[in-house]
Amino acid sequence: MVPPGLRGVLPVVLACLALAAGQRLFGGQEFFVYVASLVGVNVVLAVSLNVVNGMTGQFSIGHAGFMAVGAYAAGRLSLPLGDVAVSGLPVAASDQLLFAVSLLAGGVAAAACGFVVGLPSLRLKGDYLAIVTLGFGEIVRVIIQNTPALGGALGLSGIPQRGSLFAVWLCAFLAVLVARRIAESSHGRSLTAIREDEVAAEAMGVNTTAYKVRAFVVSAFFAGVAGGLFAHFVPIINPGSFTFVKSMEVVVMVVAGGLGSTTGSILAAVVLTLLPEALRSGFNRFAGEGAGAVVDQVRMPVYGLLLVVLMLARPQGLFGTRELWDRRKGQGARP
Amino acid sequence: MRSLLPALLAAASLLAGCEKKQPAQAPAAPATPELKAPAAPPPASDVILLGEVGSLTGAEATFGQSTHEGIQLALEQANAAGGVNGKKLEVRVYDDQGKPEEAANAAVRLINQDKVKLILGEVASTNSLAMADKAQAAKVPMVSPSSTNEAVTQKGDYIFRVCFIDPFQGYAMAKFARETLKLQNVAVLQDNKSAYSTGLTGVFQLRFAEMGGKVAGVESYSKGDTDFRAQLTALKKAKPDGIYIPGYYTDVGLIARQAQELGLKAVLLGGDGWESEKLFELGGSAVDGSYYTNHYSPDSPNPATQAFISAYKAKHNGKVPDSLAALAYDAANVAVAALRKSKSLEGPDIRDALAQTKDFDGAAGKLTLDEKRNATKPAVVLKVENGKAVFAASVSP
Repeated sequence: MVPPGLRGVLPVVLACLALAAGQRLFGGQEFFVYVASLVGVNVVLAVSLNVVNGMTGQFSIGHAGFMAVGAYAAGRLSLPLGDVAVSGLPVAASDQLLFAVSLLAGGVAAAACGFVVGLPSLRLKGDYLAIVTLGFGEIVRVIIQNTPALGGALGLSGIPQRGSLFAVWLCAFLAVLVARRIAESSHGRSLTAIREDEVAAEAMGVNTTAYKVRAFVVSAFFAGVAGGLFAHFVPIINPGSFTFVKSMEVVVMVVAGGLGSTTGSILAAVVLTLLPEALRSGFNRFAGEGAGAVVDQVRMPVYGLLLVVLMLARPQGLFGTRELWDRRKGQGARP
Repeated sequence: MRSLLPALLAAASLLAGCEKKQPAQAPAAPATPELKAPAAPPPASDVILLGEVGSLTGAEATFGQSTHEGIQLALEQANAAGGVNGKKLEVRVYDDQGKPEEAANAAVRLINQDKVKLILGEVASTNSLAMADKAQAAKVPMVSPSSTNEAVTQKGDYIFRVCFIDPFQGYAMAKFARETLKLQNVAVLQDNKSAYSTGLTGVFQLRFAEMGGKVAGVESYSKGDTDFRAQLTALKKAKPDGIYIPGYYTDVGLIARQAQELGLKAVLLGGDGWESEKLFELGGSAVDGSYYTNHYSPDSPNPATQAFISAYKAKHNGKVPDSLAALAYDAANVAVAALRKSKSLEGPDIRDALAQTKDFDGAAGKLTLDEKRNATKPAVVLKVENGKAVFAASVSP
């Protein structure tokens, strides 16, 4: 039996151990690490967007904008820190410390943007929020494109590549942990109330705007962290990586996984990120050599087709609103 | 069915994981009936696998497709000529959707999973930069056909390119204006927000003055402006016989029209930012008689160019290759020549062989790779005549 005082910390300790083991086992396989990192970043993005789109029932389509803010804030901060080491620490440890600071800065910058965007727009309902977030994403992208200090259209390269399997998946784990704790707290119940009926929630004394803004800020924070992670394992970050299309990709993950289900978001992020790579492997194996270019062009339409099939077969998403950790059967369908 | 679906998807995603355990050069899978070749596929050890990364889908899909066609043609010809020391060449292409993270992913996959000997690509400089980091770290040589940004080859000594870098065009135009057109007095109108434009301007000013010409004045605009009369009027006072406008075609078309309205009689000169059908639409008769520099022209009398064009046309139903196809063809041929010369198929040996590329007779001109791994090669000057760009001259460095 775990002592009650340790119950909160235990999952984190266990996750750290598991991730360290994973890092030792797979750290040397570059392709695996790269793809796993992309998956991890998408998990953070999907899980954090799920807090707004799934749990609170708002419709934000500007997640790539927050990711871009985080990526550029963290990347720009890391860039001059590439040759700096904290005195009194071994180089590797100081690198990781600075990396953590950059990530935090990225997250905070994105959260601040989330607050600024959310405060006025979350007083609105439905489609208006979608349009505001869409506009925000585009504004961020265009500003970056025209700022020489951020590399302009060519992109920002030379960011120290400090990302690792451990760092990415620890952040993914923390995002999931936070999302789960939110869902099970009274805070989460208020968010659910807002999702189900905003007027009724307000009548019951829920300060809807405040709750929505808080959910939005948490979501933006993790999107920023995801961006920061992204900037530290992709050799160059470029405004073209944070377009509306990226926002839609994340929305698709959340919807395909089941709006409101954190487990669903995780699974969908994993599957939808691996699927294009898997199709590539499959096509390479079965179509044979020489079919090369055609095959890789067919890949994306097939990906789209599979999404259509998925949504036709399971309109409520893979998990609906259930979670893997719902204990009793039937408890999943929350009111 | 419904409960099966998540399991199916999970299984599909596992395929990506399975790939890891494949042997380095797996024998090619049996071809499908339509693709069946008369001879059995050669055993794995007789194949040299090259990698290609390009934007086959996405906003710049035509770039990736033209590039791929050029590379395919070069490799087919190389294989018909006996391959490399009796080994057949094959290229594995991955699509990057025009995104740098996907380009890096594809490069990592080519290097670690497919164990390619050499990587060809990309067109966009951003994507090449992303790949260059990965290729350099793994010591796998990379040849970019058409990334002109200077930073690309500065990534390391395994990164090469077969096109000239941006500022060279400024020199080429200065030389052409001074020696062929015999211009004395040239004014410059630059886009001060674009590094490309200011880079070309800097080199042009310096070189044109060195060759005995006079730069009558420099004025600036910002991309997207629509009224250039103030700048043009200021330039008109200097009575230039030529105006150098190293900008993009949308602005250039308007500038040309307004220059004509103001009665400026000077010859207009430009760079490869002019290359678009839209230029003739926007500029109309005002751009007639102008000159601009480019990488390649299908009308060039160079025999290597013409041989490439006829081979390409034969393969693609008479389609005229664009400059991306020509540069890709050169990149693949430079790579093949280096593989033939290389002592072994190890990265460092291939790199050394690539670095020695000298006087290579390419479809887009004779090229030599310098110590910065950039191509020294002639630029082509095109003249605008009746809404068409025709070959005017070739300017050697």
